[in-house]
Amino acid sequence: MIREWMRIVNHQEIAEKTYLIELEGEISTLVKRPGQFVHVQISEQYFLRRPVSIADVSPVKGTITLLYKVMGDGTEALTYKQSGQSLDIVGPGGNGFPVHQQRGEQALLVGGGIGIPPLYYLAKQLTAKGVSVKSVLGYRSESDLFYVDEFQSLGEVQITTNDGSVGEQGFVTDALPPLNSIDYYYTCGPTIMLKKVKEELINVPGYISIEERMGCGIGACFACVLETSESCGKGYVRVCSDGPVFRPEEVIL
Amino acid sequence: MDLSINIPGLNLKNPVMPASGCFGFGKEFAQFYDLSELGAIIIKAATGEKRFGNPTPRVAETASGMLNAIGLQNPGVDGIIEHELPFLTPYKTPIIANVAGSTLEEYADVAAKISNGMVQALEVNISCPNVKEGGVQFGTDPELAYEVTKKVKQQTDLPVYVKLSPNVTDIVSMAKSVEQAGADGLSMINTLTGMKIDPRSRKPIIANQTGGLSGPAIKPIAIRMIHQVYKEVKLPIIGMGGIETADDIIEYLLAGASAVAVGSANFKNPAVCVDLIHQLPETLDKYGFTSVQEVIGGAHH
Repeated sequence: MIREWMRIVNHQEIAEKTYLIELEGEISTLVKRPGQFVHVQISEQYFLRRPVSIADVSPVKGTITLLYKVMGDGTEALTYKQSGQSLDIVGPGGNGFPVHQQRGEQALLVGGGIGIPPLYYLAKQLTAKGVSVKSVLGYRSESDLFYVDEFQSLGEVQITTNDGSVGEQGFVTDALPPLNSIDYYYTCGPTIMLKKVKEELINVPGYISIEERMGCGIGACFACVLETSESCGKGYVRVCSDGPVFRPEEVIL
Repeated sequence: MDLSINIPGLNLKNPVMPASGCFGFGKEFAQFYDLSELGAIIIKAATGEKRFGNPTPRVAETASGMLNAIGLQNPGVDGIIEHELPFLTPYKTPIIANVAGSTLEEYADVAAKISNGMVQALEVNISCPNVKEGGVQFGTDPELAYEVTKKVKQQTDLPVYVKLSPNVTDIVSMAKSVEQAGADGLSMINTLTGMKIDPRSRKPIIANQTGGLSGPAIKPIAIRMIHQVYKEVKLPIIGMGGIETADDIIEYLLAGASAVAVGSANFKNPAVCVDLIHQLPETLDKYGFTSVQEVIGGAHH
């Protein structure tokens, strides 16, 4: 993990209050797995960094792509940063999704809202290995949709929206495919969604990526801890440095 | 430029150290710089048994600072001695252990166990605002502060620094009380109790409801308290609260601190401590100083 000023090479709104920002720098060469994140300093005015997952990496351009949603003053301020400016970034943090599946196996990706982005880089890595990928992506409404074409180019996609404006009305757990063909699942989204996905897919091995408010983002401050199941070692994990990806049976949501 | 400072038990090559609770046990920061560059390291609080701490969310951003309510999560004094200290001892940097507890006996037990030759000084934490028992009640009552300081002193040959809480009306009487009990130095200040409410959920953001406020927002309070205590008490002071720049360090030294600890700024810039150490000579020169020593208490002359 390093701290560097990364240059903004692309920054645009891609859905309602959802932005894509592409950053150039050495951190792009240090990303080991999909599901890792970077810690973004928005400006001197905002005391804590914002953890944002890496949605894509381009080794050719030397860039990482982040997608973020405006959730408050800090992320709102981030939208005013322009191409050519630099951002103070620490990363890449966390361990990400293991990509150990074999050619011919079937993976199910379940993403909700701004939890969808890290699954894109994962889907690219899985399909590159010959794993077949099915995605179930949940959004609030039609105006919130992003990266649907990108996921479709990698495999079958099922969309759900809360209001039914596109795809199936309901939650991602209402649209899961038949589970007998799935070898592994990978999921990222709000905790309440992860909890339901974990319950529905209890008999399928998988990985869940968890979001939590962070302090240092490097494992030192113990702000983002999560209780673990009794069988698991220390009784807690740090989302930033032990995660953010865990086995579902490992953590209590 | 002479950056060195000697305070009881600690020969510091420079006056800058990371503050307890903001630096874990050092491991995570070793990937950003050589920890031997630090003046000292104050490690995360140790309690008698391992503690899980408070529910999450445990942190919230505020204007010029942050709230935290970690709740003294730590692996317990035995776990720290066995699994955490061996990583730090090879560095050429003194280690200060932060000692916490819910009862006098727990403070005594932790102090005795951790005085095993692996650390060079103790910092007694009588000021954690985020635990239900112990912690800050020892830090807001001068008599209890006296008791706990005396008890810890009986258990150790190491110099004992007592970390004071700013959540009191009379900081000088607290400082005098621990001085009489035999403290070798003071750390000041710990965080101020605060709260932040989310207008959407209509509830406090921090699960513990209240948290300790840190960051530049509390610096003027720390400076004022150190200035008051320096006048009335002879003990050396390790000053902390919102330090982000080398100018901040000069301000602390002028108020009366002999050394400084950097806390939540480590979250913004993981290398902030060494950055400040590297900037210090130039900053001292800028204000006409030739050593750190000559700055101490300068605002009182």
